[in-house]
Amino acid sequence: MKRAPMAMAVRAPRPYADPYLAGVGLGAVLLAAFVVAGRGLGASGAFASIAAGAVAAISPATAVASPLFSRHLEVGGPWREWLVFEIAGVALGGFCSAWRAGRLSLRVERGPRITRALRLILAFAGGSIMGLGAVLARGCTSGLALTGGALLSVGSWVFMLAAFAGGYLVAPLLKTVWR
Amino acid sequence: MNAPFADANLLSGDGALGAAMAIGIAFGWSLERAGLGTAPKLAGQFALTDLTVFKVMFSAVVTAMLGAFWLARLGLLDIERVDVPETYVVPQLVGGLLFGAGFSLCGLCPGTSCVAAATGRGDGAMVVLGMFAGVLGAGLFLNRLPSWYESTARGSWTLPQLLHVPHGVVVGAVTALALAGFQGAQWIEKEWR
Repeated sequence: MKRAPMAMAVRAPRPYADPYLAGVGLGAVLLAAFVVAGRGLGASGAFASIAAGAVAAISPATAVASPLFSRHLEVGGPWREWLVFEIAGVALGGFCSAWRAGRLSLRVERGPRITRALRLILAFAGGSIMGLGAVLARGCTSGLALTGGALLSVGSWVFMLAAFAGGYLVAPLLKTVWR
Repeated sequence: MNAPFADANLLSGDGALGAAMAIGIAFGWSLERAGLGTAPKLAGQFALTDLTVFKVMFSAVVTAMLGAFWLARLGLLDIERVDVPETYVVPQLVGGLLFGAGFSLCGLCPGTSCVAAATGRGDGAMVVLGMFAGVLGAGLFLNRLPSWYESTARGSWTLPQLLHVPHGVVVGAVTALALAGFQGAQWIEKEWR
């Protein structure tokens, strides 16, 4: 007997938006952040703030001694930081968008020639290297490249060019990972 | 109107945190709509098979740059009160190289990894965990090289100041470069397949 197709699999995911249109929308969100809050977007700063909160909970002296963590312990404390609320919004907004477009899916996305386990290990490793880089640079694609790119910060443009250079330098080694 | 409405130093009030979340939701929505919540698509940027990352990033930069420039010109936005990311030339050069290498390896950046994880991607969740481990480790390790971390500090330094040309000239040049880049991106996508 043939099995009936599952109801959930029937609905095909909607295609992605035009990249230029999505980019203009993203730029409008960034501009709104400038106008409303006097600052841009961010992501790695939220990770740093949560890490600062965790370290401070275990060993306050260690947190204060770190030039990275100490910065996040000022003003309202690490758990009431602007970027922590913003990044929670990013996860929520991404979820809602994928849900409306039928793109929610529990799976591991990877290249055709790599095992699931290796993909997960490389995802963790790549994430760690990226985290280190973001700390040294004091920002990431959101806080430095997008925000400082639009505000014409010299350091942001240095970071942006260096990040593309770093990506293309290792890309030839990653052919079996992605293709 | 005297935007920005909130002072960057007083951003932990309830209203500001609510605004942060609303802006975050719109940010996450835009990233997901563009297809930037899926690692193989972002990896295509470095394999030169799919230049969505470049197109989205630079149309966003140009839109926000032109918007901020004209709002300031019209006297609606006090650009002096918008936080410009500070420049630390050498740490940002080295950090950028490492960041790009990690991005190419894992296929997601910090913001997009949150979208990937939130939409059910297990690889996205691993990038989030890796990011956290990297930031935690780096934060503890920084105690040992504070002087390097603080080196080549230039404060809120901008391209018009570096090049000694008016703000509007740089805005025009970046717009022209981005438009040329979009043409180049279309060409690469056609030729490289």
